[in-house]
Amino acid sequence: MNFVLIAEQTLNGLQLGVMLFLLAAGLTLVFGIMNLVNLAHGALYMVGAYLTTFFYQQTGSYALAVALGLAGTLVVGVVTELVALRTLYDRDHLDQVLATFGLILFFNELIVILWGRAAIYSTIPEVLAGHVELAGGFRYPIYRLMIIVIGLAVALLLWFVVTRTRLGMLIRAGASNRAMVAALGVNIRLLYTVVFGFGAALAGLAGLLAGPIYSVQPGMGELILIQVFVVIVIGGIGSIRGALAGALIVGMVDTLGRAFLKPALATVLSPTAADTAGPAIASMLIYLLMAVVLAFRPAGLFPSAR
Amino acid sequence: MRKTTRSLLAGLIATAFIAAPAFGQQKLKIGFISTFSGPQGVIGEDMKNSVELALDHLKRKVGGLDTEVIYGDDQVKPDVGKQVAEEMLKKHQVNFVAGIIWSNVMLAVAPTVTGAGTFMIGTNAGPNQLAGADCNEMFFTTSWQNDQTPEAMGKYMQDKGIQDVYLMAPNYAAGKDMLTGFKRYFKGRIVDEVYTRLGQTDYQAEISQLRSKNPKAVFVFYPGGMGIQFLKQYSEAGLRGLFPLYSVYTVDELSIPAVKHAALGQLETRYWSQDLKNPANEKFVGDYRKKYGGKTPSYYGAQSYDGIMLIDSAVRAVKGNLADKKGMIAAMRKADFASTRGKFKYGQNHFPIENFYLLKTVAGPTPTADPVMEIQETVFKDHKDAYGTACKMKW
Repeated sequence: MNFVLIAEQTLNGLQLGVMLFLLAAGLTLVFGIMNLVNLAHGALYMVGAYLTTFFYQQTGSYALAVALGLAGTLVVGVVTELVALRTLYDRDHLDQVLATFGLILFFNELIVILWGRAAIYSTIPEVLAGHVELAGGFRYPIYRLMIIVIGLAVALLLWFVVTRTRLGMLIRAGASNRAMVAALGVNIRLLYTVVFGFGAALAGLAGLLAGPIYSVQPGMGELILIQVFVVIVIGGIGSIRGALAGALIVGMVDTLGRAFLKPALATVLSPTAADTAGPAIASMLIYLLMAVVLAFRPAGLFPSAR
Repeated sequence: MRKTTRSLLAGLIATAFIAAPAFGQQKLKIGFISTFSGPQGVIGEDMKNSVELALDHLKRKVGGLDTEVIYGDDQVKPDVGKQVAEEMLKKHQVNFVAGIIWSNVMLAVAPTVTGAGTFMIGTNAGPNQLAGADCNEMFFTTSWQNDQTPEAMGKYMQDKGIQDVYLMAPNYAAGKDMLTGFKRYFKGRIVDEVYTRLGQTDYQAEISQLRSKNPKAVFVFYPGGMGIQFLKQYSEAGLRGLFPLYSVYTVDELSIPAVKHAALGQLETRYWSQDLKNPANEKFVGDYRKKYGGKTPSYYGAQSYDGIMLIDSAVRAVKGNLADKKGMIAAMRKADFASTRGKFKYGQNHFPIENFYLLKTVAGPTPTADPVMEIQETVFKDHKDAYGTACKMKW
């Protein structure tokens, strides 16, 4: 177990955590402010990946493709909110689950109609495709480092917006007491649309970052959405600080578990037992973690004050 | 008066419904079950395209009878597959059920179909149970037994004297079978055997572990979307040049368009390749490309095409008398049709005895074309599966 491997796995965990944070931040904002369970968040992630891949193929410029992809996802998110989600704010959570599940099916089939059922080819520009030498023989892909940097930058940006701007103040107020904010003369509908658009853009950003390393295919959102829900539950619903903490914890636990649980078990159990138990427990680890956290802190680690 | 007219009318309509199926006997009905939804639907699409091409080549008359093919979607679920099969048997009264990609779906559907006295022609899944103790005279397959393909890779790597191999597969029945089949013929040193979560998207942690162990070669089984993701991440981590990557069912004509140059150099073993030289295969691949916009078929398609040709040979042998099931069994055992793999012979358990080749992914004919897979050498000649001895059928 050398230092380089541990450092590399730590970076991997950080990168996975940052990816989960980008998705969790949007989802928790929407749930916390608007009290809306949005299962279709994964669909917006998929839309971001597809749009960016498509524009990159068409224009050949990665920067332009990213800008168009983000803008496109924002537009899709806002349109979805105006057309489908407006009616759901006052409804029961179960109704919201049903409706947004229907949206998932709708978006998946729309993608199939537009781009076909097969996974499409998505890549990154040559300049990002290399490695960087970090310390004594330790090489790490530039692209994954970039994801970590972008994710932390977004976290910083969100912190700034939520704590230092007027919009952030409205968001925090709306999370505490929606009726009072409306009574004070704030256009709550506009606020909701802005928040939802913001969440959609974050999901789109996660999608376009994930596209080249994962597979861009219909239904790609559902695969990662389960982990995002685990992050939100652990972190506390409605709290961005909770989303960041939860995402980093889940990313680290999952990565380090997959990497080191089997060798660790092999020191106490027989090799064959470790061979079967290791992968099995590693895949359950984040759910076990969620159960443990909920047992001690039912509202999550950093619940937003309500 | 009105009551009598109504009951007379009802009686007439009822008789019409009962009489209708009687006319259907002159037609041949084949039920084809595959996956047509979700990302794996791309495999079902290839199989359906190949079935339609086979029907075109036979001028829509399989065995000389007007044919109707009814397609069913199993959604990768055994219970849905079973439901679809039952609907085909009871409602459509099909004479043959064919297809099925997944072993778990096959294990649910095959007994249902053969139990009803109908032929089950498998065109992909080859679970060891159906090759061994559960073999059945109404079950024939045009593909292979699951273990055979990794056995071929194991033999190739054993013959080349490769040591220190790192194994990876998803943690489910087929994943374990693939590595078991590999180890049946590969007796060299294995560095580690790693099972990942089924459907896992991010392999960076496993790739880092792999690099730290410094193996001489890597052997993986990652079908479908998992393969695309693993290949991209393996390539982007810069491991392509460091550790040669061998695989089964990971890279094929369906996944290459999604990974492109990340698949270059990949070695796989398979019973068939698009460049296999025999008249039936050249016709199949050539006409497939013409009919479907330049796309190359995969082995799933080749197996499905052969399935229809097998049914054709059987129905032709009994001169369209679909009631003569014993005659059709005897005809299918002879396998007297031009297969896309060349020579075709059945073992005692109704699984083919066939060659296995080593395929390499090389650059396409033009700089912008996708990579293609080409045969490098023959690994096994007339290879039998390992479970046939457990089958009690004798003929």
